[in-house]
Amino acid sequence: MEEIVVISGKGGTGKTTLTASFAVLAGGEAVMVDADVDAANLSLVLTPQQLESHPFIASRRAVLYRERCTECALCRELCRFDAISESYQVDPLSCEGCTVCSRACPEEAIVMAEVVSGHWFLSETPYGKLIHARLEVAEENSGKLVTLLRNRARELAAAEEKKYLLIDGPPGIGCPVIASLSGAARALIVTEPTVAGLHDLQRVLAVCRHFEVPAAVCINRCDLDKDNARAIEAYCNEESVKVAAKIPFYREVTEALVQGKPVVSYTRGPAAGDIVNLWQSISANGC
Amino acid sequence: MIIAVASGKGGTGKTTVATNLALVLAQKIKVQFLDCDVEEPNAHLFLKPELKSAEPVSIPVPQVDRERCNYCGLCAEVCAFNALMVGKETVLIFEQLCHGCGGCAYFCPEKAIKETSRPIGLLERGAAREISFVHGKLNPGEALAPPLIKAVKQTIASFDLTIIDAPPGGSCPVVEALQGSDYCLLVTEPTPFGLNDLAIAVELLKKLHLPGGVVINRSLGGRGEESIVSYCRNERIPILLKMPWDRELASLYARGEPAAAHLPAWGELFAGLGRQILEDERRAR
Repeated sequence: MEEIVVISGKGGTGKTTLTASFAVLAGGEAVMVDADVDAANLSLVLTPQQLESHPFIASRRAVLYRERCTECALCRELCRFDAISESYQVDPLSCEGCTVCSRACPEEAIVMAEVVSGHWFLSETPYGKLIHARLEVAEENSGKLVTLLRNRARELAAAEEKKYLLIDGPPGIGCPVIASLSGAARALIVTEPTVAGLHDLQRVLAVCRHFEVPAAVCINRCDLDKDNARAIEAYCNEESVKVAAKIPFYREVTEALVQGKPVVSYTRGPAAGDIVNLWQSISANGC
Repeated sequence: MIIAVASGKGGTGKTTVATNLALVLAQKIKVQFLDCDVEEPNAHLFLKPELKSAEPVSIPVPQVDRERCNYCGLCAEVCAFNALMVGKETVLIFEQLCHGCGGCAYFCPEKAIKETSRPIGLLERGAAREISFVHGKLNPGEALAPPLIKAVKQTIASFDLTIIDAPPGGSCPVVEALQGSDYCLLVTEPTPFGLNDLAIAVELLKKLHLPGGVVINRSLGGRGEESIVSYCRNERIPILLKMPWDRELASLYARGEPAAAHLPAWGELFAGLGRQILEDERRAR
């Protein structure tokens, strides 16, 4: 089984659009993971039927009992996250659950309570199983949640003897991206021909290198700015990174998105052809 | 006043809105710009500031004094983030997992742990003409953006207006970027993804008790847009601006050129947006 993760650094370059089509093209041979747990969108395209729902509990939060508190201020001194106010209220948004206050409090006035940070789901789609999640807003531990999703998906793909694990990654380069990427067979970086696209590609490629995950690049909407497209290609050549596809802007892609359908299911036109070629290139040859 | 520009979904136009707003408002008032999307900071590509200083931002990590340590294992027990592992005669420290809470050092009965600092990114300051500019750059491979975002926000000074370009999503880095703001602009696009992720961002604003308004980017006036309009009506959140899809705007964006500086009509649109925010924020208060 091969883990292919689709990332981008910059948001909105087309990660989910491509992953949804790959799910169709894998022809039932893949388990899909939506690792963008902050703003999960893959389920909007893959028409999932939910089979299981599980709470995600990964952290605890301080609860301070005022009746036992003597306002000695030790907790306020020790808290590195400024989570306890002058009036001894715990700010749940700032508390990182480190437990220092609760352990140190001489009056045992602070206890740690478990927090449900979100839910994760196993769903059936017409193209195979999808593991996805919804992290509650303002929550932490997106990296841990992504790791949980990947582990479940790996078990599932192994049990069902699937060829691929397809991971729709989050934007950025921080903890959920690292959790999506580390240990994957290869990464497809989707970029766009803009100065921001190139800048963010360079940073996300550095992360791939850091974790020794081989990467290939797809320049999406490559015809929107020819100079930047050339600059990205030149950069990839210099870095010996394969440009697996250059996909021009197609109106059908936007239409498919608005209809909530994978592009390759929506059209048989050139947009679909380009995505099929890209899938063949990354699924067969590697990077 | 502090205005944050956020969005659930990435790539909807946060940086476009934030930088253009800064440029048009800086003609009248003193503006400070903070790029808090420290994982992928892009605002400098458009504002082109002259960067005058760069300082590393570090977080504390434990260092064990082997002479004093008796491998009792308390530090590993105390650590809520599994950043320490104690064996018979070894202590392993996983620096990437450490949140810098200081618990291990504080509770070690042998006083065998002290904290050193580990750089996670860079804070750069400068100026783009009259705009005071600060951004953070997380080192590739580092997981924790919030401490760097916090460092960027510590530079907030008494300008007429501070504009914060926030990261995408709805979890802890966004909270760190938005906390303490007076108003939040949410940028979305007329697609099912845009609507889904706008709802996440709106939920976050409620949780933070932050007033806000919506900007619809790449507006075509089509079907995707009606559902956003009715969503905003139900949520009683104003739509402050619809940015029509404009090939010229996209092409300027691609080249790192802010529209307000090149296309007077867009300058007008963003100036109008600025006026509306100031009004809306006053009303919300």
